[in-house]
Amino acid sequence: AAAMAMNADLRRERAAATFQPELLTHILDGGAERTRRRKEIEALVVNDPDFQHEDLNFLSRSQRYEQAIRKSSLMVMKLREYGIADPEEIYWFKSFVHRGRPEPLDLHLGMFLPTLLTQATPEQQDRFFMPAWNLEIIGTYAQTEMGHGTHLRGLETTATYDPATQEFILNSPTVTSIKWWPGGLGKTSNHAIVLAQLYTQGQCKGLHAFIVPIRQLGTHEPLPGITVGDIGPKFGYDEMDNGYLKMDNFRIPRENMLMKYAQVEPDGTYVKPLSDKLTYGTMVFIRSLIVGDSARSLSRACTIAIRYSAVRHQSELKPGEPEPQILDYQTQQYKLFPLLATAYAFHFVGAYIKDTYRRISGDINEGDLSELPELHALTAGLKAFTSWTANAGIEECRMACGGHGYSRCSGIPDIYVTFTPSCTYEGENTVMMLQTARFLVKSYTQVSSGQRVTGTVSYLNDLSRQRIQPQHVAARTVTVRINDPVSLVEAYKARAARLVEAAAKNLQAELNHRKSKEDAWNRTSVDLVRASEAHCHYVVVKLFTAKLSEISNAAVRAVMTELCLLYALYGISKNTGDFLQAGILTNAQITQVNQHVKELLAIIRPNAIALVDAFDFHDVHLGSVLGRYDGNVYENMFEWAKKSPLNKTEVHESFHKHLKPMQAKL
Amino acid sequence: SVNPDLASERQTPSFSVEKLTVRLDGGAEHTRIRRAVVEAIECDPEFSRENQYFQSQNERYEAAVRKAVHLQKKMHEMGWTESGPEFKYIYRALSGDVAFLLHRIFMRSISVLGSDKQIAKWIPLATQFQLIGSYAQTELGHGTYLQGLETTAVFDITTQEFILNTPKISAMKWWPGDMGRSATHTVAFAQLYVHGKCYGVHPFIVQIRSLQDHSLCPGVTAGDIGPKMNFEHVDNGYLMLQNVRVPRENMLNKFCEVQPDGTYVRRGSQKINYFTMTTVRISLIEDEVIIPLMKACTIAIRYSVVRRQSKLKPGEQEAKILDYQTQQEKLLPPLAAAYAFHFLNDYLQELFDKGYREIQRKNFDTLPELHAFSSGFKAMVTQYCTSAVEICLRACGGHGYSLLSGLPSLYTKIVASCIYEGENTILLLQTARFLIKCFMAASAGQPVPPSVTYLAAVKPGKCPAKNKSDFLRPDIYTEAYQHMAVRLISSTAAKLQDLIQSGVKKHDAWNQCTVQLVQAAKAHCHYITVKNFAETVEKLETKAGIQKIMKHLCDLFALHGIFSNAGVFLHDGYISGAQMDMVTASYLDLLAVIRKDAVPLVDAFDFTDKSLNSALGSYDGQVYQRLYEWAQKSPTNKQTSPAYERYLKPLLHNTLSKL
Repeated sequence: AAAMAMNADLRRERAAATFQPELLTHILDGGAERTRRRKEIEALVVNDPDFQHEDLNFLSRSQRYEQAIRKSSLMVMKLREYGIADPEEIYWFKSFVHRGRPEPLDLHLGMFLPTLLTQATPEQQDRFFMPAWNLEIIGTYAQTEMGHGTHLRGLETTATYDPATQEFILNSPTVTSIKWWPGGLGKTSNHAIVLAQLYTQGQCKGLHAFIVPIRQLGTHEPLPGITVGDIGPKFGYDEMDNGYLKMDNFRIPRENMLMKYAQVEPDGTYVKPLSDKLTYGTMVFIRSLIVGDSARSLSRACTIAIRYSAVRHQSELKPGEPEPQILDYQTQQYKLFPLLATAYAFHFVGAYIKDTYRRISGDINEGDLSELPELHALTAGLKAFTSWTANAGIEECRMACGGHGYSRCSGIPDIYVTFTPSCTYEGENTVMMLQTARFLVKSYTQVSSGQRVTGTVSYLNDLSRQRIQPQHVAARTVTVRINDPVSLVEAYKARAARLVEAAAKNLQAELNHRKSKEDAWNRTSVDLVRASEAHCHYVVVKLFTAKLSEISNAAVRAVMTELCLLYALYGISKNTGDFLQAGILTNAQITQVNQHVKELLAIIRPNAIALVDAFDFHDVHLGSVLGRYDGNVYENMFEWAKKSPLNKTEVHESFHKHLKPMQAKL
Repeated sequence: SVNPDLASERQTPSFSVEKLTVRLDGGAEHTRIRRAVVEAIECDPEFSRENQYFQSQNERYEAAVRKAVHLQKKMHEMGWTESGPEFKYIYRALSGDVAFLLHRIFMRSISVLGSDKQIAKWIPLATQFQLIGSYAQTELGHGTYLQGLETTAVFDITTQEFILNTPKISAMKWWPGDMGRSATHTVAFAQLYVHGKCYGVHPFIVQIRSLQDHSLCPGVTAGDIGPKMNFEHVDNGYLMLQNVRVPRENMLNKFCEVQPDGTYVRRGSQKINYFTMTTVRISLIEDEVIIPLMKACTIAIRYSVVRRQSKLKPGEQEAKILDYQTQQEKLLPPLAAAYAFHFLNDYLQELFDKGYREIQRKNFDTLPELHAFSSGFKAMVTQYCTSAVEICLRACGGHGYSLLSGLPSLYTKIVASCIYEGENTILLLQTARFLIKCFMAASAGQPVPPSVTYLAAVKPGKCPAKNKSDFLRPDIYTEAYQHMAVRLISSTAAKLQDLIQSGVKKHDAWNQCTVQLVQAAKAHCHYITVKNFAETVEKLETKAGIQKIMKHLCDLFALHGIFSNAGVFLHDGYISGAQMDMVTASYLDLLAVIRKDAVPLVDAFDFTDKSLNSALGSYDGQVYQRLYEWAQKSPTNKQTSPAYERYLKPLLHNTLSKL
């Protein structure tokens, strides 16, 4: 089955593309050299027999965990063997080894080690870092509790300082205070960085981080006073031992509190940290990863659905002609192409945040935190905006594959369950949107009081200028040119401005009527979320449009411009109410927008396969029978199904145990 | 003991919960029977779903077969029969976690499509489980588009047999339930050929496994199609046929027959072959779609009054998350939709019972309307409920992702309903075809079926609402929905005609309008749902507060629809920008009103804890204790995993190179 020729439909599609997909791949990777290096690392993994294994879909959860642990161990060893140390290259390697899935050492590598680096004192680094680097210590990051997630101040675990022994006494005082969800905690880790409310000299000093040993080195048995285990099966994440941790009067030495910033002195005196904005940096970084992940996950789903739609023939478009490729149906294009455009848009947004973070992280280290609040607010909203959109988009792709999308052989169910928790972790999306809204309202208030604001919210400055002019906002511009991305950016800007203003005014009206700020905020929160969404939508359209001018190859730029237009116009057609109500577009223009969206579908159609090929996912990484590069779908579905656990025997044991006795009795 | 946060929600409901439950069941007698059936099933340990979340595909399948077998015994013991009033509650009490559901479809298709003689032969055998049936229609290469099926059945006049074949890989039957491991027989759909002429798709009874040792019959290749998003308990199967012969009498021949000399005789409409599918489509809506949504709402709403997070007012206790407007906006519209669809389903059942009686009398006049109804509503309800269940899942924060919450399983199961029994987009286009036809007929002054007479009464105008309370008037919002539906249908019809008149071929014109056609079909279904909800509320009893709370839910359902599709209502100026602000204000006000009754409204669905099977949604609200207890039962905490000895230990002891 491996040596089959490429499916004729896909071959034809590829031949007809108007641009070279490799050139687009280089843009996504950030240069031809990056692409070369990525593929080199990919080859190291894909061609390594140590990383081969049975299709994970046929394994039990325990077996999947075991495979993941096996591969993670090898991965750590081989990374060092190959001398791969650049964070992005490590990320690639890891992602190829685990095929985009989570793995039990994720928190050790992604949270435990970095936290030691940023928050531990030199003495603590000496004690913990090298053992952790050499994996004698495997750690996790235990923050979330059963009763509290995004709302960190509500965490209940306590760490009480005992000056007599110079120890902290850790306790889980209630059921809800049990640490719940941390990855790698259930079975893998022997240490955890635990977040707890610090009590010293009878006072609560808020949340602090402590290094807590949880399992005996050597036997891996839980230490006395520690109850630890796996939280059971989840929606996906089979490879990950998300765990629980309960501590009963568990003592750790004073030196195990991470004390680079805040400190407790031997006598119990508490020394405050200099700035609390420092933790913003980590959050911005992780949320920027989620934006990139939204793009990648959606790209994978689009690749599968679009390739399959070019291979699948169904029904008839023209009487008497052969069944057409389902990608020729307008409804199918309407489902998939806007998502394809979205995937590209999110790639560029992810790259932008990463670059911005890289640019200002130097400033952060030098103590200049001025750009952080805006970036923090922006990434919160973009994390929510992109993960919500990608989440729905992946499901849309799956459903566009009909019944076969529902089979695990399509690979999309796995992409979905792996991705969907990102709507919740690292900050629940609605809460994230409200954080962005808080920044927007603050900026709006500044503008109202005559100050100017900068950065992505600078459009709010225009609102005050309009107020000086006599005419009503709604009576303004109807000069949007729907064929021009730059003009559409202005339309999105106007929509964001209008919704931020409306939310801020409604908030003010509530404040005028009610007692508390919190109550007014709550009663406006639906409006506030809408305002944040509109703001994020504007930022995405803006960044996509800005990217176009950086593309030097004319053929690639042409097709990216079409996708950018589709992204912007589709967004309008899905939110026509906002644009109509604010008078940004007229009824006639909305009709044109809807029409132009459909024209763009037909224009993009010939390049659809090349556009997903440009994402350049290896078949092993894609993990999908429907999305295979060679398009030989049906033969391989049959081959795949034959390996199903239910097919292990010709006659299933249930026949002898249940069916036969029943037939004998009736 | 009940968690005080949940108990306090139940203290002052504005309506009688028990009376509402009775109304949902359709009378006190039904409620009594339902509870008795649920009780009998749930107290029987054989039917326990306690460890379901920890089981493998093989274990789930075996349990489903065991339960199906035990169910026969149970029914006998309890005196329940297939035609008795208890029957429809059995499946619900089992939460569908049982094998041989396709066996029922096998029997139903024989009853509908078979002759009296065929019914007399096969139904008793099936009833006695002397054979186990399946229903093999979908193929690897073709699903909803039935004419495209590639399996062939060639009549051999010399032996008076049909020869069935799978001529190519895409013709393999793929997906039929119970077929992978269990079924001995199946109704297979194949292209009928007599004397070299193709007569289209027909159903044939084919034996696939031995009745003695269950081995595959000669010429048959069959097995399980592998893991899916859900339905681990069902052995969805594949089937390949190579020169498999069945006697002439095995073609189901109530409506079409091949006579011994090869003459093909047709009685009645060919469309009747698809009637089985149409009725299945309707019958699944309640159990597979509406009830899962009700369960998801129950879990998410109960959890949202137990979960406290962050503070609404400084100095106070952390607030119940249901007190946050954004949480209400997530959960209360799905709750209203659950009620809206429940009443819609009652209406459809009535319509279909009537239609079915007509078809029995070989009167096929209502078929197009029934077909359009079943297609459009199946698509609308499944799509809406699927996204609503996902909203419920994500509204439960991290714990929603634990299988122990029950929500992931509800989601992965309901999501299949968007595809099976007809892919939703295709179904909506079928409804659209019917609507366009009716619209043209109505415009030409010809009579149209009752459900679409509104298309004839197109009147331009503007929404008369003057303040936000006007939008709590059913006549105002129903009119708005009607206006929107007519506008979308008529503008699409006009565009189709324009294209055709400008020389575009009919099928191309159709394809170019499909995005709009889908939108128009949805608008029609949405309108009928709102209208039916409003009319149902009108007829509800006014005492015990039932009508009042249902009126609130109806308003919420209608206004949420306008709020979330603002553009289509604003587009031609029927609703003005100022009026849209009134809609939003009214809609947000309603959230706070319904919030107070949210828990009683889900209590009225009357699910037992066992049927919810959720650590988050139990009646007593002891969420955290249960989550902790259940997690400890996970096999990952009981079995020693070989992972430590094999991989972790060498890793920790730095002896990796030995791996």
